[in-house]
Amino acid sequence: MLRLLQLEIYKIFKRPRTYISFAVITLIILLIQIGLKFGGKEYVGMIMSGMSGTFEIPPGDILNGYFICFFCLTMLLIHVPILVALIAGDMVSGEANMGTLRILVSKPVSRTRLLLVKFTASVFYTLLLLLWMALLSLIVSMLVFGTNSLFVPRELEANIISESDVLWRYFAAFGFAAVAMIMVAAMAFMFSVFADNSIGPIVGTVCVIIVFTILTQMQIPFYDETIKPYLFTTHMLGWKGFFYVKGIEGTTVDGSVENISSIVKSALILVGYAALFLLIAVWYFRKKNILT
Amino acid sequence: MTAIIQVKNLTRYFNEIKAVDDLSFTVGSGQVYGFLGQNGAGKSTTIRMLLTLVKPSSGDIEIFGMDLFRHRKEILRQVGAIIERPDLYKFLTAWENLKIFAALSGVKVSNKKLMEQLSLVGLSERAHSKVKTYSQGMKQRLGIAVALVHDPQLIILDEPMNGLDPQGIADVRNLILHLRNDFGKTVFVSSHLLNEMELIADSMLIIDKGRKVVEGSKESLLNPERVQVELVTDDKETALELLRLTDWGEHIVQNKNGQVLLEINKSLIPELNRTLVAKGINVISLRPKHSLEDYFLSLTAH
Repeated sequence: MLRLLQLEIYKIFKRPRTYISFAVITLIILLIQIGLKFGGKEYVGMIMSGMSGTFEIPPGDILNGYFICFFCLTMLLIHVPILVALIAGDMVSGEANMGTLRILVSKPVSRTRLLLVKFTASVFYTLLLLLWMALLSLIVSMLVFGTNSLFVPRELEANIISESDVLWRYFAAFGFAAVAMIMVAAMAFMFSVFADNSIGPIVGTVCVIIVFTILTQMQIPFYDETIKPYLFTTHMLGWKGFFYVKGIEGTTVDGSVENISSIVKSALILVGYAALFLLIAVWYFRKKNILT
Repeated sequence: MTAIIQVKNLTRYFNEIKAVDDLSFTVGSGQVYGFLGQNGAGKSTTIRMLLTLVKPSSGDIEIFGMDLFRHRKEILRQVGAIIERPDLYKFLTAWENLKIFAALSGVKVSNKKLMEQLSLVGLSERAHSKVKTYSQGMKQRLGIAVALVHDPQLIILDEPMNGLDPQGIADVRNLILHLRNDFGKTVFVSSHLLNEMELIADSMLIIDKGRKVVEGSKESLLNPERVQVELVTDDKETALELLRLTDWGEHIVQNKNGQVLLEINKSLIPELNRTLVAKGINVISLRPKHSLEDYFLSLTAH
């Protein structure tokens, strides 16, 4: 199993398209960092002008590595699913398109194992992409901009999290983001099993995410109870919950999370979706006739 | 001779269409077994069923004496195959492709052995070139190396000579014979290149519209002594009438499209000529037709 996994990962990283995602993330994060390095104070001023109340942290200190990372995550985590789909949506359909699927399936490896190995390889890619994102957006930003308390803008107010209470929240947030992206990978992977070319699964995944995101953001009360709680897009941004802190008399409580049960529930729903997509993929692939 | 493949009443439907219809055949150990049929006859579907890519609608397949679908892994460990085109990972080198497919076959192959496989198909000098830079012939040979890399007992080749130039065809032919003669491998090979099959196959099966038309050893199918002779004279009707009045009449097998064909022993051709000339018929030609192509066309012409 481990040997097969190594081979799958080897194949993924031998293809130039794999590096597109890493290049895109690098470019965007660098652009954000450069932009905020030279025009960050104006940006922070702009955010604060829309909020009521005063803050203990001076605006100049808001612009630190933690804040840059939060900004990067907010910008990027909505779009990373497209990059994840690029590889996961190609895992089986790409083999069918190349004509190598028939050789793979005629080898003495069970179809279930073959599929699980391929899925694990796409999970590995997804995690590596997130790790790269974390490295650039958190570590590089910390080195370039330094650290201080984290200013978390919310709708009409903001949370200020003390410096010593931030780092673990990022680990948790990236962990949650990993669950969400694995769910996206599972969906693209499932589509990939049904198709014989890569375009369909990639476009299909992106379309589903767009439609679900629109439904999630639609401010129609009827959908709030009936559809939204079950859409995975409602739960994908649950990582932000780690930065919403309990407050007592205007100060935040270190180590606290405003609504941990909601985060756990969202994570479980995402895991459920991922498991469902994977089960469908295995079920279909086991009985699929390989005609390509 | 031990049966390596035993297929019984194999049938496969695609919706309402019967791609393979009640097909039964046996492939003996150490044979080159030719699997012949026109395009769309059901050859590739049969091969896909032999490799578990497609499930049969009904029927049984036994390979090495075991049920294919119950002992899939054990059987496929001993099978190497090319299915239609030798599609491989174009972004990898020949070496990397071989290494990957050897590992998938559950075999640890040494670097020396990998290079030997590439030498066998004449690709050792391009071992580290990406497959996307290969010609069609080179890809075909690499496909064969992939099929052989784990040293299987049974080799299934679906149209292995497709897209090859005459030299490439000769190379593949020699390779198949080498595998049978020197390593005792069983080779199941489908092709529509009938003259090539005639050169390499020990036994053959001809299918048409998914059904078996005929199966047997090459000798029994293409008896070199018993031939079909095409008779061309200046007066076909009179010649036919004369022949029908004698014992020759029962040897007339076909009289279509202006052709007169007689199935006789080769040794009787001069006597036939003498008979006709003696009766005043001018014989323009008496041409023996015994090639596989003629035989195949006589069986599958629609």
